[in-house]
Amino acid sequence: MARYILRRVLLALPALLGLVLLTFVLTRVIPADPAATLAGDAATPAQLGEIRARYGLDRPLWEQAVTHVRQVVSGDLGNSIFSGRPVMEEIRFRLPATLELTFVALLLAAGLGIPLGLVAALDHNGPVDHLVRVVSVGGLAIASFWLAIMLQLLFSMEWDLLPLRGRIDVAAGAPAAVTGFFLIDSLLAGRLDQFADALRHLVLPAVTLCLPGLASIARFTRSGVLETLQKDFVLYARAAGYGRVRLAAIYVLRNAVTVTVAQIGLLFGALISGAVAVEAIYDWPGLGTYAVQAILAADYKALLAVTLVVGVVYAVVNVVVDVVQALIDPRVVEQVK
Amino acid sequence: MRPLLSVENLAVRIRTDRGAAEILDDVTLAVPRGGTLGVVGESGCGKSTLLRAILGILPRNAQVPRGAILFEDRDILSDRGASARGRIGFIPQDPYLSLNPVFTAGAQILEGMRRHAPGSRRDHRAKLVDLFRAVQLPDPEAALAKYPHQFSGGQRQRLLIAAALACDPALVVADEPTTALDVTTQREILGLLRRLTAERGLSLLFVTHDFGVLAAVCDRVAVLYAGRVAETGPTRAVLDDPRHPYTRLLLGCHPDRATDLLGIPGTVPAATAQPPGCRFHPRCPIARAGCAAGVPEMQPAGPGHAVACPFQSDILLEPALG
Ligand SMILES: Nc1ncnc2c1ncn2[C@@H]1O[C@H](COP(=O)(O)OP(=O)(O)OP(=O)(O)O)[C@@H](O)[C@H]1O
Ligand SMILES: [Mg+2]
Repeated sequence: MARYILRRVLLALPALLGLVLLTFVLTRVIPADPAATLAGDAATPAQLGEIRARYGLDRPLWEQAVTHVRQVVSGDLGNSIFSGRPVMEEIRFRLPATLELTFVALLLAAGLGIPLGLVAALDHNGPVDHLVRVVSVGGLAIASFWLAIMLQLLFSMEWDLLPLRGRIDVAAGAPAAVTGFFLIDSLLAGRLDQFADALRHLVLPAVTLCLPGLASIARFTRSGVLETLQKDFVLYARAAGYGRVRLAAIYVLRNAVTVTVAQIGLLFGALISGAVAVEAIYDWPGLGTYAVQAILAADYKALLAVTLVVGVVYAVVNVVVDVVQALIDPRVVEQVK
Repeated sequence: MRPLLSVENLAVRIRTDRGAAEILDDVTLAVPRGGTLGVVGESGCGKSTLLRAILGILPRNAQVPRGAILFEDRDILSDRGASARGRIGFIPQDPYLSLNPVFTAGAQILEGMRRHAPGSRRDHRAKLVDLFRAVQLPDPEAALAKYPHQFSGGQRQRLLIAAALACDPALVVADEPTTALDVTTQREILGLLRRLTAERGLSLLFVTHDFGVLAAVCDRVAVLYAGRVAETGPTRAVLDDPRHPYTRLLLGCHPDRATDLLGIPGTVPAATAQPPGCRFHPRCPIARAGCAAGVPEMQPAGPGHAVACPFQSDILLEPALG
């Protein structure tokens, strides 16, 4: 198992290096001239030249790329062209915000989607099945910005149950940063009030973000369970007198979710990109809003850093997914050998 | 003494897209205590369906319009209590597909024991290790924690035999337990099965394609054709002096009695389009006008030997066999 994990990690590294180079090339090919943006409209050619020299923009592209890779590997992603501050520092506060949101959304999606898919499959073509189908088609079809606005209208403005935007009440204050996850930090600090507040802020964005994932997880689980139910070993288990609930919820589901779990790895990418829109609407101080600002300001340093960080997170999540899969299905480890 | 298991006039109907089909019709057979009954017949004649009815695992689209299944003098069709569960052990056809690949062998078998065998989990484990030893699995202790793919086909069938015995059943029901295995392994597994059932005084209901296996394992035999019993009797009597034209053809095709049933002219009729009267008459070399009129009654053909054909004796089938 340890060898399997190591292998997965090593396999992820070349992909990440490729990502660094690719994003670099992509952002430098974008026509907008970062030096011009920095210098402003009134800049003289001399000022432009000076800015180019200061940020190394006058060097050959390959040299910039090599410098970039070297910096990235040493953990230095440079300073934001826009604010002048180190991008890692800016990202440090925003990454946990996005991760907290996406993890909670993922937890919701899996925690609800898997049971929904299971009960739908057990009630194949019955009323529950149809209901779940409607919900999952809806979950995939509804535009998240529309849903977000509807949720805000109802839960915040109409009924005043949940906060409209933000990550925490300014009055309550953010918990002392340890992990950057407010739910965890507030508990570490023993501040239940902050925990409740952070949770209340999380509900609407997480619900908005989780819905498409929930829908596809429910669908994958449903078809996985239906397929597994046809297997000889299910018949055999019934003959051996397994209890119905235990058979479905443990013996069938564990086979069925291997596909679902693989799907979650892919889904995570969709969640992160979905977070951009959701963060914008709920004013969530995460990577999504940061990336939007960076794009608007043609801040290619910030953009590179965001892309890279998201890539690393994505790679880590997929390694975790591989490991979870191997834990669920022992054959996975051996297939790789 | 009453038989351990008796199936009485059992009918099983399955609803399909092309209408309802009587997969089994008026099947009557019995397994005496300590006895072995073989069920033979071509593919699709309803052997597995019969076992599924006995095990209480008929598919969702099946119903039982008529008949009864009595096990230890209780009707287990209408009263599907957990009690009959551990009392009937099941050895499935395909050892490769019958074990869940993502659970260890131990976990899967212990789950059945947890529900149907007395004693603690520790007792169960100890007992299972003993059984693994009895079925000659290598390294029985370690086998508990292994996954199915870590065993060979023959070893998996041994696992399944151990599993069938795990709850101390009175009856073992086996569905062609050796067809997925190579010939040498087949012989070993059959020997093992025969020895274990004899040692423990178990009754055995054994489905097979193979007359050689049948002769080696079973005291009595029931020949099934298109969901009905064509002939039943002591194995020796049926094999040496078959009375139903179908049985005669089956055996005639295979003088060495050791290969699969093959090659009778025509095919088994579709379950949804059974012919009237005797279901075999369209393929029967001695069919007469009356054969399509009524379902033939079982007629005595010797001690404990009965046949569902009014023209049973002395038919010369050799010309028909060519
Ligand atoms: N779930 C089902 N739905 C529809 N038809 C079925 C179902 N199960 C069995 N049948 C039909 O019932 C008939 C008998 O099937 P069964 O599996 O009992 O045959 P069998 O004698 O065991 O054959 P084999 O020797 O190939 O295993 C076949 O015609 C089959 O198509
Ligand atoms: Mg069968």
